[in-house]
Amino acid sequence: MTETICLRQLKEGQPARIAEVQARGELGRRIRDMGLVPGAEIEVVGRAPLRDPVALRLKGFTLSLRNNEADHIRVEPL
Amino acid sequence: MKQEITIALAGNPNSGKTTLFNAITGAHQHVGNYPGITVEHKEGRAVMGERTFRVVDLPGTYSLTAYTQEELVARKFLAEERPDCVVHVLNAGALERNLYLTVQLLELGVPVALGLNMMDEAEREGMIIDVPRLEELLGSPAAATVARTGRGLETLMVKAGELADARRDERWKPLSISYGPDLDPVLAAMAAKIETGGMLTERYPARWTALKYLENDESVLTRGRNADGALSLELEAMAAQVAEHLQATLNTYPEAVIADYRYGFISSVLKQGVLSRDTHAERIAFSDRLDRVLTHRFLGPILMLLVLYAVYQVTFTLGEVPMGWMESFFGWLGDTATAILPEGLLQSLIVSGIIDGVGGVMGFVPLIMIIFLMIAFLEDSGYMARVAYMLDRVFRIFGLHGCSVMPLIISGGISGGCAVPGIYAARTLRSRREKLATLLTAPYMNCGAKLPVFILLVAAFFSEDKTQALFLITLGAWTAALLVARLLRSTIIRGPSTPFVMELPPYRLPTARGLAIHTWERTWQYIKKAGTVILAISVLLWAAMTFPGMTEEKAAAFDARTAEIAAQLDAARAANNEAEIASLQEMAERVEFTRAEETLRDSYAGRMGIALESVSRAAGFDWRTNIALIGGFAAKEVIVSTLGTAYSLGDVDPEESGALSDRIAADPHWSARTAVSMILFTMLYAPCFVSVVAIRHETGSWGWALFSMGFNTVLAFTMATLAYQIGALV
Repeated sequence: MTETICLRQLKEGQPARIAEVQARGELGRRIRDMGLVPGAEIEVVGRAPLRDPVALRLKGFTLSLRNNEADHIRVEPL
Repeated sequence: MKQEITIALAGNPNSGKTTLFNAITGAHQHVGNYPGITVEHKEGRAVMGERTFRVVDLPGTYSLTAYTQEELVARKFLAEERPDCVVHVLNAGALERNLYLTVQLLELGVPVALGLNMMDEAEREGMIIDVPRLEELLGSPAAATVARTGRGLETLMVKAGELADARRDERWKPLSISYGPDLDPVLAAMAAKIETGGMLTERYPARWTALKYLENDESVLTRGRNADGALSLELEAMAAQVAEHLQATLNTYPEAVIADYRYGFISSVLKQGVLSRDTHAERIAFSDRLDRVLTHRFLGPILMLLVLYAVYQVTFTLGEVPMGWMESFFGWLGDTATAILPEGLLQSLIVSGIIDGVGGVMGFVPLIMIIFLMIAFLEDSGYMARVAYMLDRVFRIFGLHGCSVMPLIISGGISGGCAVPGIYAARTLRSRREKLATLLTAPYMNCGAKLPVFILLVAAFFSEDKTQALFLITLGAWTAALLVARLLRSTIIRGPSTPFVMELPPYRLPTARGLAIHTWERTWQYIKKAGTVILAISVLLWAAMTFPGMTEEKAAAFDARTAEIAAQLDAARAANNEAEIASLQEMAERVEFTRAEETLRDSYAGRMGIALESVSRAAGFDWRTNIALIGGFAAKEVIVSTLGTAYSLGDVDPEESGALSDRIAADPHWSARTAVSMILFTMLYAPCFVSVVAIRHETGSWGWALFSMGFNTVLAFTMATLAYQIGALV
């Protein structure tokens, strides 16, 4: 298995695959509801002017989440 | 005509569900709130082919868990009202994620028809969806639609109608998917127990309830405990055991496993020939390119400021004209009533009480309509989500949310807004805690009705640096709002900030129909609710400032004085003495004004003002100011006009307070520190009644509305007193 990094460290424009979602409770459920589950392919498409939150592109849509929420997600750069 | 069919519209936010609802029901819809909570309930009627539909628009949700009010409402409606069919609107471009809700609907067992909406966009992005194959794999009818243009809507509704007719008398058939070797056996065992025990089976399929036990769904757990305590304990123990096992062996937990298997199921459906992508057509979407500019690190904030400023500017320049018409209309109505009705209490009640009071509120309608139109445009176009995205980091410091910015600005963040539409604009906030903090702090902003008070006092005491003074006042309002938000969020509305996992929908040009419907339904709510409350309050306030009236001797003395002057005036007119006439006329006016002041002093409001003096003196307010500020509880517009009456200047036009400002500047009771104290008090104290009603409406509780009145007034008085007392030391 290739090395995984924290989503916060993923560079803009670098495609990656979600390896693990560690969040639980409400945050965990919200993340899953939006399709951020292991195996999903994502790409960071931008960051807000203050570098937080971050905009992610998934299959067919864009969503945003805060850096401290991204900390719960580990990704595998492709 | 066949039997009417009840269908529920379900779907993710941003899936075009509302557009579809508007398109099929047209004007035949009405809005209401679900009792006790603020989630909107929309219903409409549609006729398609030979069928009539009652269409209920469920709140937009991503899932059917129990975390948000929206989800609970949707779930409750499905389980309790048992619609004949659910029409599930999906964003075809994000099919995979949208089907996550579909699976949950199917697991509940309700008949589902799928509207694969925004098909045009999906096609443009190179997606090819095999609709018949999807129907076959899911066992649900589906149709490709484009709600904006109406494409496919008829097909969808006909299929929904057929499904409803076919399944009408059958039991719901829940979908059963595999949740893997760890969960499937325990799920089956739990479902069997639930079936035997008959727990909640009249509402939910047994396997669904079992799943919810595994997901640790609070709402279902509570129901289960109430229905059969012993069985519930047994089920909870089974769920806990499997959770422990998953934690120990796979370092995961049931909820996550369930989600993984649901997505796995969806993915396998899509791979069986439903979805193929023409990757050559994939390109940087128009929306992404726009975002490069609109959320750019430097350009983004600048453009955002420009947009927000434009919203404010357009609203107030464009709104001025129809607002003028409304004012003239109510002015004319007042004059006409004065002319028709005999002088006396009835005339006073109708003109000063009802027409002025209701006119004051109705005068805001054009403004509110325009601001709602602008908000609807920003929301429907997708820009509002970007504003929230850009500002979230700043607002989070104060316990607010990126989406709090618009309500605060509309309420008067650039000075001259109105808290009522501001409070309604907080609807875009999905998270309860942040919404509450936003609602409660929005009224601190300097709305258009407070401005005349500030202008009056600044002109009287700080005429050298007016601009700086007004700028400082705006800054003060923001500081107050943000700090109070911080305070509330670390005390009574404490709790973690709601996750910002939020969709950034692609930019779209809103449809005129959607804008019109959104604007109208919000405006109408304002007219209805605010209009009725304000009417009652106006009458009450009028009575407080009119009764019990002055004693008969006093009135007789004034009558005598007026008659005397009139007689002298007649004599002077006969003698054609111009100077005498002018001076007598002025004297007659003075008597009228003194009489008004005396009447006010003797009224209940006046007595209250005098009674409060012992307390209010700490902040430097005399009884006249007290009456004005009491009036301001109803509407801040009242403050300046009441001060006018109290300082016996007759009716003062809030727009032209020059004479009053001179008079106050010359009054020994007034000084710069009184002015500062009054400015602070006006800025911070209880929101006007319409705002209070709006807060009640949006929070769903009178508790919060009353809290905002009490807390704000105490805060305002404390700050005003502090400023006044510190001013004395300097």
